[in-house]
Amino acid sequence: MADQLINQLLLPLLYTLCVVLPLVIAVALYVWWERKVIGWMHVRMGPNKVGPFGLLQAFADVVKLLLKEVILPTSANKSLYYLAPLIALVPALAAWAVIPFSDKAVLSNANAGLLYLLAMTSLGVYGIILAGWSSNSRYALLGAMRSAAQVISYELAMGLCLVCVLVLSGSLNLTDIVHAQAGSKGLLDWFWLPLLPVFIVYFISGVAETNRAPFDVAEGESEIVAGFHVEYSGSAFALFFLAEYANMILVSFLASILFCGGWLSPFPASVPVLGDANPVWLAIKVFVFATLFLWFRATFPRYRYDQIMRLGWKVFIPIGIVWVLVAGCMKYYGWVHVGTGG
Amino acid sequence: MIDTSLFQLICFYAFAAVTVVAALSVITLRNSVHAVLALVLTFFSTACIWMLAEAEFLAIALIVVYVGAVMVLFLFVVMMLDIDQEKLREGFVKFLPVGLVVAAVMLVEMLGLIGVRFMHAQTMGDNPATAAGMSNTAWLGMALYTQYLLPFEVAALILTVGVIAAVALTLRHRVGARKQHPSEQVAVKASDRVRIIKMAAERPTDSQPSPAQESKP
Repeated sequence: MADQLINQLLLPLLYTLCVVLPLVIAVALYVWWERKVIGWMHVRMGPNKVGPFGLLQAFADVVKLLLKEVILPTSANKSLYYLAPLIALVPALAAWAVIPFSDKAVLSNANAGLLYLLAMTSLGVYGIILAGWSSNSRYALLGAMRSAAQVISYELAMGLCLVCVLVLSGSLNLTDIVHAQAGSKGLLDWFWLPLLPVFIVYFISGVAETNRAPFDVAEGESEIVAGFHVEYSGSAFALFFLAEYANMILVSFLASILFCGGWLSPFPASVPVLGDANPVWLAIKVFVFATLFLWFRATFPRYRYDQIMRLGWKVFIPIGIVWVLVAGCMKYYGWVHVGTGG
Repeated sequence: MIDTSLFQLICFYAFAAVTVVAALSVITLRNSVHAVLALVLTFFSTACIWMLAEAEFLAIALIVVYVGAVMVLFLFVVMMLDIDQEKLREGFVKFLPVGLVVAAVMLVEMLGLIGVRFMHAQTMGDNPATAAGMSNTAWLGMALYTQYLLPFEVAALILTVGVIAAVALTLRHRVGARKQHPSEQVAVKASDRVRIIKMAAERPTDSQPSPAQESKP
């Protein structure tokens, strides 16, 4: 009995902590990196006072947020107001259950991993909508409406991109998808090459799905103050913040795993040491994608609402549909080398 | 030792209880947004029950399609409505007999159906997916795209017709509506908007100061 308890309850809990705690710390460092990078792009210093290179700035901010009062707006819907940040955060953390970090390091090697991810990322929008509605504020409601329309539109494009990946790899299991990209040519065997348009569509949809600039109409500081979370303060706001950044890191992970070979090396297998598969490669790829998010934010002006809708429905979804057919042909006629699973 | 089948049974009853309670609160809650959320919970716990029955594809598809998309739109619409809650409750007693009759008829029908099925009861075969040694999703895909290809395609066609019909019903060409054409906007050149002309420099002949400058304090 005690043995079973330890094996089935305690160990999974420990493993989960091993994913969630580094994730939270990664979010803190990511926020610091964002402020640094955007600072450099603006020819500023960025945070540099708290700790070496300002590294402790994010932690100081967390302490500040946690100590602040959580204010309930007048005639807000109390239960939903407090529930919304949790609803935003839980799917953002739950999605990490199926993310493989290397050949063996994965919490749940589920067969329907890709579907599970799609389900979890589609739940996050509830947090935003409920936050907007329950805080009884015009700005918040406007932000929630914009976000709902945007997330639903881009989810379709994202789904079509995932269909292309699973047509080529023949599996919904994320570990198998990485194995399907293994080959002797390294970098050129990954799915980004045969699925190049879809890869680009996927990453841009990921940026839109996480409500980041240039698709940040849900927050739109210059139009609707801060959108759906305008009434939130203190730790409730911190939860939204955590969910958004955890989702950004998740999209970076997915782009690396689905299209860029996960932990596989970009060098051909014949190169010694550098050619070996290693989780470090995954970390490097994720870092590049995560930094792209910041670069976009510093570079592009915000899209107008109708432009976002046009891009999603009239450009991305047709590209996705066409490329599903192309991917089918590639698979059927064997134009693409697909590595063996496992 | 924890018996796994007993544990499964407990889980089933827990999920079923949540489903029933949530479904009841869909029709009893006063606040319509709360009711929509209760419906979301109903879908979610139903998906959990299907997951227990090893129908993982159906379970996740239910969450992706209904919870992730359909209910978001529902919530979207309900949030925009400003329903007078008291007015809605007024007819409760008046319509109660009608509701009871409908409920009774449905109950009898369902009991009849269950009875007929029970009489023709066959023991269910093994799970075909596990028999074929495939995951549930892979087996479902195999069956849909080989054995049931034609019905599947027909269903897809009917759905497409439905989508086109919905678009055709709501799409009206209004006269005088203003539109933006992004392709034209992108193709615009500076010479389309600004005309630069060459002319000799001119000296203003009128040397009187303008009134705006005079009134300056």
